[in-house]
Amino acid sequence: MSQHVIPQKVYYLVFVTLILLTLVTVDVAFYNFGFLNIYIAMGIATVKATIVALYFMHLRYNSRLTWLFAGAGILWLFIMFVLTIADYITR
Amino acid sequence: MCIRRRRTRLSHNSDTAVGHAHHFTDMDQQREASTLGMWTFLVTEIMFFGGLFVAYALYRSMYPDAFAEASLRLNLVLGAVNTGVLICSSLTMVLAVRDAQMGKVKGLVRYLIATIVLGSAFLVIKAFEYSHKIHEHLIPGSSFQFAGPFGQQAEMFFSLYFMMTGLHAIHMIIGIGVLSVLLYQAKRGRFRAEYYSPIDVAGLYWHFVDVVWIYLFPLLYLVSRH
Repeated sequence: MSQHVIPQKVYYLVFVTLILLTLVTVDVAFYNFGFLNIYIAMGIATVKATIVALYFMHLRYNSRLTWLFAGAGILWLFIMFVLTIADYITR
Repeated sequence: MCIRRRRTRLSHNSDTAVGHAHHFTDMDQQREASTLGMWTFLVTEIMFFGGLFVAYALYRSMYPDAFAEASLRLNLVLGAVNTGVLICSSLTMVLAVRDAQMGKVKGLVRYLIATIVLGSAFLVIKAFEYSHKIHEHLIPGSSFQFAGPFGQQAEMFFSLYFMMTGLHAIHMIIGIGVLSVLLYQAKRGRFRAEYYSPIDVAGLYWHFVDVVWIYLFPLLYLVSRH
């Protein structure tokens, strides 16, 4: 099940995508989109991180239970961000 | 999983070609357990780094101009090259896991060496960057110097820079150590197509460290290049 061997081609494709996205994120950093800059940079980073998790970390081929564990990490991080920042901006 | 226990079991039932620890039903369940264990650890790692990311978000929103100016002092080329080096190392790591899955020990050894070399290259480049910063008096503390009106606030940026990249570098060093042990064991024939969980979970750790850098790079090097 988890021993599913993925074709090498997929990994190379993921690799090329990650390198291209790195070049894109460097390139767009030189344009001024105002307050959107940080969102664009974080958006590209999140796409890259998702690709790494899905393919390199095999999440796509893992059980639902593994998804739950990975999702828990994101959920706790979200709670930490939202509660802390909500506190600061309402002082 | 405890290798010693697995070996004892093997010697007791020589009829089973592949042994899983006695508290698992089969190899699949054992593999899943180690994957889940590693993910649990990674969740704690997300929170570990997450605290620093929250601190960065707060200070950046408080001192946007100082952070923009301080960020320009980082070397974009070295940062971008290092991002590429790390992505390459993730590729060789995943290929190492793939060869382990198929029981190709030779390929596994080769890709592990490649990953260790690439990880070390990352650290060497990082060391160059650090030495430049020492040279330019950008280490937070009594010798910190930053011309312009944002001195103290820029120091905050560099505190976060060194904490975040330093913690990341420590993770890289640990990762290289883990991979070196696995390389030694792989050469001695510890891993087979039926049993390679240590390679698998080490791969998860390595890719996680890569993901952390994927966020660090734009936050530290790219904010306000425009």
